[in-house]
Amino acid sequence: MTIPFWYMFITSLKPQSYIFEFPPRLWPREVTLQNYTAALGKDRFGLYFLNSLFVAVSSTSLTVLISSLLAYGFARLRFPGREVLFYIILSGMMIPPVMLIIPQFIVSKRLDLLDSFLGLILVYVTMNLSLNTFLLRGFFEDIPRDLEEAALIDGASQWATFWRIVMPLSRAGLAVVTIFTFLYSWDEFPWAHVAIKETSKRTLPIAIALFQSQHLTEWGQVFAASIIALLPVVIVFSIFQRYFIRGIATTGLKG
Amino acid sequence: MQEMEEVEDLNLRYEGASAPVDTARQGAGRKNLRQLAGAAVFILPGLVLFLTFIVGPMLYSFRISFYDWKILRPELSEWIGLQNYANALANPIFRRAVINTFAYAVVTVPGQILLGLAVAVLLNQEIRGRAGFRLFYYLPVITSWVIVSLLFEYMFSGQAGLINYVLRDVLKLINKNILWLADPILVFVPIHLLGIWKGIGWTAVIILAGLQVIPEHLDEAAQVDGAGPFQRFIYITVPLLRPTFVFLIVVLTIGALNAYISNLLITNGGDPLDLAHFVLTLMYEATFTRLEFGYGSAISYLLTGIVFAISVVQIRMLRRQVET
Repeated sequence: MTIPFWYMFITSLKPQSYIFEFPPRLWPREVTLQNYTAALGKDRFGLYFLNSLFVAVSSTSLTVLISSLLAYGFARLRFPGREVLFYIILSGMMIPPVMLIIPQFIVSKRLDLLDSFLGLILVYVTMNLSLNTFLLRGFFEDIPRDLEEAALIDGASQWATFWRIVMPLSRAGLAVVTIFTFLYSWDEFPWAHVAIKETSKRTLPIAIALFQSQHLTEWGQVFAASIIALLPVVIVFSIFQRYFIRGIATTGLKG
Repeated sequence: MQEMEEVEDLNLRYEGASAPVDTARQGAGRKNLRQLAGAAVFILPGLVLFLTFIVGPMLYSFRISFYDWKILRPELSEWIGLQNYANALANPIFRRAVINTFAYAVVTVPGQILLGLAVAVLLNQEIRGRAGFRLFYYLPVITSWVIVSLLFEYMFSGQAGLINYVLRDVLKLINKNILWLADPILVFVPIHLLGIWKGIGWTAVIILAGLQVIPEHLDEAAQVDGAGPFQRFIYITVPLLRPTFVFLIVVLTIGALNAYISNLLITNGGDPLDLAHFVLTLMYEATFTRLEFGYGSAISYLLTGIVFAISVVQIRMLRRQVET
């Protein structure tokens, strides 16, 4: 299972001349960090890393906020058309994502959101809305009403109840949303590739894909860059893994 | 007066609470309006985003699929009715792409489910240090498609790729290096393998969750009756996992029919002579390389129609025999 990753790691440590050595070895003859320095130095890689970080963190925070608002509305508030609306939002999960790329491109063009982080972030948030609202609604519904009712009777507003009582109790659900969205934004390629043409705004997946050049793909650097790109993902996953696994399991059980 | 209003608020907005207050008061219209206003803060942000970036685009895309759409000067677009759709269906490249896409689904969906099942069963045995393992089988799932596609491309490289080395020199199964990436059919070997490999972890977790819900006493009863572990597996575990399998088949199929990043990076756009396209890589090329937005939209709607039809068929067929 992990052999490919091991191979990638080893290759990133090999000097260029050994990249296509024959026979290929699973243990480097010579270890070098020059791929890493080259990749990091190359073409503003550090900038792309920061771009990805900014986009991922923003998308995640915004998604957590907006989908919890939505989920709370569906879980606790009553208003005309609630059920219908919920199913419409839910149907968003069934739409093949890449199908939306063309029209999202056109809409973003109209709204002047191309080549901007805002354009990336807003679309990322939207694409994650359906699933996360569904998940959070489930979590919110499981919280006993008594707490909220007590607060409301004491004169708290709906908003205060939401913010001060329900949200803190939903840490597990929010953790799931956080990790799903972070991973999504960090790894996302199709939309970023289409929406961002300006070099300085590139995110990591685009940068790595571009390493594959017309002439000689410098595999050592490709993989060094990939390993660097993988680090945040691995860190976030290790911290949140319980929630991640739980989130996926919940999707499956409720599916 | 203030308190009376707030109690009323509680009753109006809270599900399940009975309303001791006179509900004939001021008619339902006002009540609805108040409910809407109260809910607005919560619902609006998400709703606006959803409408702007999902519903709107879907409708828009549908519309332009009937035009010869000129992205640079939209007002010059001509209405051509179903021409885009007809062109796509008649195009041998499109048909080939459909076959390729279907083949990918047929291979990777069962592949992921079978291997995911194996991993899930393994994980279900209580092995110590399980938590540490998680990262390993999860790494493919959380890694970007871009990275793993490039990785597989490298491993299957014609010159001195790892796979060729293993096949030729270690296992001595072939004589000459196989040029995987240059052959319109063999290029799918890395693509399919990648598709399966990447999904195993995710599938395993879902199955594992399904396994937890199986009541132990059924298994124990069977054991008492003398059934061996394999028999118990086939006759108890698997049938009880049916809802899980249904879910997986539907979701994985949708995902497989929508795959495209791995293809885009490994074949560089259809490889030799556009023979190795998936439907979506074809759509991508038509739209962003040749700027045929109308045609591209038509392709994406054709795919959506296919995906939808298949999902419905699958759900109907598979749900029919679920025992409670």
